Amino acid sequence: METVNKIRVLVAKPGLDGHDKGAKIVALALRDAGMEVIYSGLHQTLDQIISTAVQESVDVIGLSIMSGAHLPICEKLTAMMKEHTLDNVHLVVGGVIPQQDIQPLRDMGVAAVFPGGASFDTIVSGINALFQ
Amino acid sequence: MPEKVPDIQTDPPVEIQQILDGDVMAGARLIRCIEAGDPATARMLGQLYPHAGNAFVIGITGPPGAGKSTLISALITMFRKKNFSVGVVAVDPSSHKTGGAVLGDRVRMQAHAGDKGVFIRSMAARGVAGGLARAARDTCLVLDAMGYDIIIVEPVGSGQADLEITTLVHSLGLVAIPGTGDGIQAVKAGLLEAADLFIVNKNDLPGAGSEMMTLEHLVQQRSLEPDTWQPPVASTCARTGEGVDRLADLFLDHRQFMKNNQVLEKKQTDQAGDYFNTLVRQMVMDRIDPWVDRQVTAFLDTAEQQAAVTADPYRVAQKLADRLTRSLRDVTIY
Repeated sequence: METVNKIRVLVAKPGLDGHDKGAKIVALALRDAGMEVIYSGLHQTLDQIISTAVQESVDVIGLSIMSGAHLPICEKLTAMMKEHTLDNVHLVVGGVIPQQDIQPLRDMGVAAVFPGGASFDTIVSGINALFQ
Repeated sequence: MPEKVPDIQTDPPVEIQQILDGDVMAGARLIRCIEAGDPATARMLGQLYPHAGNAFVIGITGPPGAGKSTLISALITMFRKKNFSVGVVAVDPSSHKTGGAVLGDRVRMQAHAGDKGVFIRSMAARGVAGGLARAARDTCLVLDAMGYDIIIVEPVGSGQADLEITTLVHSLGLVAIPGTGDGIQAVKAGLLEAADLFIVNKNDLPGAGSEMMTLEHLVQQRSLEPDTWQPPVASTCARTGEGVDRLADLFLDHRQFMKNNQVLEKKQTDQAGDYFNTLVRQMVMDRIDPWVDRQVTAFLDTAEQQAAVTADPYRVAQKLADRLTRSLRDVTIY
């Protein structure tokens, strides 16, 4: 049988913000790009996100954050990913991310940042680029 | 489609012992390889096989929106209370257009994400008909070998004839929603005949009572041999958890019944036999399918052949099929 591997992406919303329209639409865009998207819903704790990423053996964790807490969340999550040897998993972040925070996020190890207004093309090709 | 996909065979390789020790990361990665059709998995599955066979495998099927995922989440809670560890394989459809998928069953089960005794795996059907992903059965084997006591399989939301699930599970629950069936739906063949338990979910909706009655009548009208299992009809509200404790007990009762009557053993033997047949068939088809595709494409290369097909596709197909079948023994397969 031909080996068929697909990019698996966990789309999760950490914390308390309750706006998941964006996350769902991005999930659809990734599906339309041929990826398999595990959608885990709202109000995820970082522990839940880690354990879901392990069980689903995803290649990418995509966080949607609109609460303004992206810096502390990503700092904590990148540390936890190291701790759980998820070294091969890429963390990407979208949502309400001010321009000046993008570099600090990248410095923490976030593989790509897609602030509000990023097109589907940008997101899809940004994720594909992680595997080239 | 992405040109390059993640390399699944990167180090470190999954060790059999890790799986047997219940290492979640190793199990998850092996499942990933199974899904990808990595030929190296066959050897590992063969090594795991003697260690499996202890788990009780439950299927929860029913139409989309019946509340299967929510019900499974509530069942997990009940089984955990009884100290069983639980593995879940939840299958959702793949897009036939792009091959992608959004796997959302997990949303309803996220309460268990932090529980070490629960392993939930979402799976895309990847174009396979019948409601199960091709990798679903081998995934159950991995979960079984990892030591999960109970494995719950949720196929793609089903129609009346999605019976693939029956070849995999020991006990099948069919979820119905009030107000969707009448007497004639209930006497049809298919899943209704295959179910070991009927579950009327969303029992707070109008029509729950008559749905229960219809199903109870259906069960009673079956001509039952002595010592056969009479499928009970359970009433649940998965959202609140009402009736789910009884449902969990009914599944365990069914297992006990099958054990007492040597039905479980026979079922497992039959299913193993069926699966061997499936394996051989898959392996043969995997080799032949691409070859047939190439032959058909080559055949249609000339305008003359195309015209013949347009004029009478049946005759030409028959001739080509005869020729291909005759030449099968000459096929060189990778």
